[in-house]
Amino acid sequence: MNLVNTFFNAGVFLESLPQLLWGLVVTLEIGLVSIVAGLVGGLVLAVARLYSPALIRLFIRAYVDVFRSIPLLVLLIVVYYALPFVGIRLSPFFSAVTALSLVSAAYTAEIFRAGIEAIPHGQFEASAALGLSNRHTMVDVILPQAIRIVIPPLTNNCINVLKDTALASVVAMPDLLKQATQAQALAANPTPLIGAAAIYVLLLWPMVAVVSRLETHFSRGKR
Amino acid sequence: MTVTARTIISVRGLVKSYGTFTVLHGIDLDIAEGEVVCVIGPSGSGKSTLIRCINHLEAFSPESIITVDGIQVKPGAALAKVRAEVGMVFQSFNLFPHMTVLKNVMLAPMRVRGMAEAEAAQKARELLARVGIAEQADKYPGQLSGGQQQRVAIARALAMQPKVLLFDEPTSALDPEMVGEVLDVMRRLAGTGVTMVVVTHEMGFARQVADRVIFMDGGRLVEMGSPSTIFDTPREERTRSFLRAVLNH
Ligand SMILES: Nc1ncnc2c1ncn2[C@@H]1O[C@H](COP(=O)(O)OP(=O)(O)OP(=O)(O)O)[C@@H](O)[C@H]1O
Ligand SMILES: [Mg+2]
Repeated sequence: MNLVNTFFNAGVFLESLPQLLWGLVVTLEIGLVSIVAGLVGGLVLAVARLYSPALIRLFIRAYVDVFRSIPLLVLLIVVYYALPFVGIRLSPFFSAVTALSLVSAAYTAEIFRAGIEAIPHGQFEASAALGLSNRHTMVDVILPQAIRIVIPPLTNNCINVLKDTALASVVAMPDLLKQATQAQALAANPTPLIGAAAIYVLLLWPMVAVVSRLETHFSRGKR
Repeated sequence: MTVTARTIISVRGLVKSYGTFTVLHGIDLDIAEGEVVCVIGPSGSGKSTLIRCINHLEAFSPESIITVDGIQVKPGAALAKVRAEVGMVFQSFNLFPHMTVLKNVMLAPMRVRGMAEAEAAQKARELLARVGIAEQADKYPGQLSGGQQQRVAIARALAMQPKVLLFDEPTSALDPEMVGEVLDVMRRLAGTGVTMVVVTHEMGFARQVADRVIFMDGGRLVEMGSPSTIFDTPREERTRSFLRAVLNH
């Protein structure tokens, strides 16, 4: 009974719910902006890596490797606390979005590259032989086929980005986690934290389930 | 073939290497407009490489000069023009699997020639009728037999109204019972004025349809001439031994 009152206190939960929902809105804003920016950036990087001169390709490779190696929390702290020393001062929101997008773009670029490379070379050759431009080859022939392959890993990446938004709380962003810790301090009761955890799960569980279904679906489609 | 026909493909000193390994050792070749040329030769002799240089699917040494219809084949803006004039049919069809047969045929005229969708669709249906698969227009390539797929690929190449058609072993991936239907389509094409360069192992087809047969070996043009010359009275020993091997197995 005591345990229930401590962790699942209905009164505290209802009290903190509006605050948690505001936090959820912020989390979704950071997440969606970062996901879109990461998708666009990753696609541009992947296609550029295919068609650019060698030097730019090398640069893109370095970018992808660096941003997949750096821990997101470290990057976020660098962006928020270190960049001001060189005169770049980003708001907590933009710090979080910048760090998340840079990393997401690197992962997305790899996902798209793998998707494009999975398309048989003959598709590129047939397109070239017909006189299609690089742009039409991508838009009409390659990407529509690659998209099937990349949807499960891209969805996975979206899940990761949404999860990682919680790190924004360390730069004082009032996201779901930050609101929950504040509500917990105020109520001197951990129920808001449990509430926040439940909201994360409710948000992401459907996406996780979709990915599993897509993965089994696509692996069955293959011979 | 009349002697006055103008040259549409000209190949001068074509050298192609992979690193230090030279695949084509300086090929010279002129092909006249409307001519049907069959290229034969053992595996690895450079037949595919030769025709893939004509539309620059393979880069070749910068000293070599290939022109198609007067346009030099080299990377850059002119290459798009060359490729619009030169159709290619591959051994493995290379149809676009996510598009219907009709859309496969419509795509290039719309994107490269800027043709309106309705016109492209009508032209595509005519071409599919010409290759004998009008009723498959709304299926996907994966639902068709190999022979049907290759006929779609021919229609797709024809949709650009090319002056030149390159074929790289168009029947080699087909089940034997489907070879005939594809060769029939090609035989009918040969009479229409389009220039054809056909890499093939179908000696019967080469003898019957070609204006000229080229025998390649080791990255060189060993011998060329009319089908009767090459098949009945070849000069070179290498040609003779190749023909003995393929005709007797
Ligand atoms: N990407 C490549 N890298 C290195 N060598 C290659 C490459 N592609 C082809 N070759 C070599 O070039 C030579 C000519 O190949 P090509 O495909 O033109 O021969 P082919 O006459 O078409 O043979 P086939 O009848 O087997 O199709 C072969 O020795 C082949 O091994
Ligand atoms: Mg070959």
